[in-house]
Amino acid sequence: MTLLAVSGLTKRFGGLTATDGVDLTVEAGEVHAVIGPNGAGKTTLINQLSGELVPDAGTIGLNGRDITAEPVYRRALMGLGRSYQITSVFPEFSVLINVVLAAQAHSGHSFSFWRPVAVDTALTDRATSALTQAGLSAKADVSVSALAHGERRQLEIAMTLATQPQLLLLDEPMAGMSLAESERLVRLLASFKDRYGILLVEHDMDAVFKLADRISVLVYGRVIACGDPTAIRANPDVRAAYLGDQDLVA
Amino acid sequence: MNSPTPGPQPVPHEAPPHSQRPVWRVTPSRLVAGLLLAALALVPVIAAAIGEPFYVTLFTRVVIFALAAVGLNLILGYGALVSFGHAMYIGIGAYAVGILAHHGVSNGWTQLAAALAVGAAVAVIIGLVCLRTSGMAFIMITLAFAQMFYFLCISLKQYGGDDGLTINARSDFGLFSLTSNTVLYYFAFILLIACLVVFQQLVHSRFGMVLRGCRSNERRMAALGFPTLRYKLTAYVISALVCVVAGALLANLAKFAAPSYMAWQASGDLIVMVVLGGMGTIVGPVAGAVALLIFEEILAGWTTHWMIVLGPMIVLIVLTAKKGLYGYLVDRDARRMASGGPGA
Repeated sequence: MTLLAVSGLTKRFGGLTATDGVDLTVEAGEVHAVIGPNGAGKTTLINQLSGELVPDAGTIGLNGRDITAEPVYRRALMGLGRSYQITSVFPEFSVLINVVLAAQAHSGHSFSFWRPVAVDTALTDRATSALTQAGLSAKADVSVSALAHGERRQLEIAMTLATQPQLLLLDEPMAGMSLAESERLVRLLASFKDRYGILLVEHDMDAVFKLADRISVLVYGRVIACGDPTAIRANPDVRAAYLGDQDLVA
Repeated sequence: MNSPTPGPQPVPHEAPPHSQRPVWRVTPSRLVAGLLLAALALVPVIAAAIGEPFYVTLFTRVVIFALAAVGLNLILGYGALVSFGHAMYIGIGAYAVGILAHHGVSNGWTQLAAALAVGAAVAVIIGLVCLRTSGMAFIMITLAFAQMFYFLCISLKQYGGDDGLTINARSDFGLFSLTSNTVLYYFAFILLIACLVVFQQLVHSRFGMVLRGCRSNERRMAALGFPTLRYKLTAYVISALVCVVAGALLANLAKFAAPSYMAWQASGDLIVMVVLGGMGTIVGPVAGAVALLIFEEILAGWTTHWMIVLGPMIVLIVLTAKKGLYGYLVDRDARRMASGGPGA
């Protein structure tokens, strides 16, 4: 089943075409990685998928519904969960409350003015289970400011999971992580495979080749190749355009 | 931060099962809040005892502006929306009472209902326009709307225009009338307490959490699935309506409604009260209103150039106690609580 179907997506900033006729699909249970050199338009692509940027042309479909014109929040409610390249959590709240807030977004309206969120067990239970999934349950009551960098990235993912997504848009989840942290995250993401479709934008090639079922290579806003990791590794265009003389994976 | 540094040593204990409600403790900030409100509750008694009924009038003004500042703080402190036009809502409340009284309607309920209805309608429309902007643009556009209303009221010649509108009789609520200064004081005081209690609950409720989430990262809130505009608009309207009520009380106190109530300086005073007391704390704006208006009163009796003294004093307080007079205490308590928690 196709979760995400992108066709002919185009975005121009003045004379620069940041996204140039991109076609892309993510199937249920698939990890589709998007790689490309700096400035290839990866984050611009993600921002259009999540709704923060409006494309100039093309369509985006989620579960067979056209969401090209939907605002950010409605895409999130339809099952599109996004994590940010720059960790984007709420520093004034505890770890648990950060995730409670994410769960709250997906449990009806929030025009409730009296009952404290912290005693709403329906929300805290869902948040706790998302924290457990992300491997962060021991830190539930800790202040976000006391988290290590890698733990903040895990929190970011726990928040995304608490929104009960079908498709995860992960924008460089390994950015700034230590080797051990990123290995742990790879194992975590691998365990999500059968439950969510994942669109992964990532610089860490080890992680990409371990996780991805399919890889699209983005250069100057265009997809120059798409295929399974072995095919991408062997593709001469990819080697020339993206990696120059270097080996794709050491 | 006092977090244990991540290192080779094992964490000595399991994370405690998170208690749903932390134990309620008397902290300095809570003690000060309690004393402040208790002192305000006793003002008419003390004024009668020392034979200075003027203090009731002075403190009625303090309580009314405290109410307005608490209202503004909901969006300024908890939503990071700096409205430079909230005096407009004080004006709407005052003119609703004034205009109805002018036409012989002195029933307080009718006046209050009319004030709230007009205030809500204006706040929804203006809020929908202003909330599409943020930061400096939001400050300027709220100021622009307030100035529009200011000049609108000046142009209302049949209601006194520039000179303002004298109100012959204070509001009559049937069960009680605001004719007595003491009744007016306690009416304002009870409304202030009610507002504090409701806001104390509100900031920890689902609605409050959304508002506070938008304060620190609105983009993330949208990505989580919150339609942020409608929550911010609701907060803006609630905040405006509190100021409308304050305006209706102010008209009763002064028996007068004037365009100067909604001058930009009045909006600025409200912001100073919130910042001076501590934005984003429930009782902070009350402390700010008390401090500002009492300083003003004392200094004005001392010299006509009181602003020369008050200005630097505010700067000094805001620079030393960065989170405001009351906010400083809350912050200190929070830090103590954190260091007294697990791991210390």
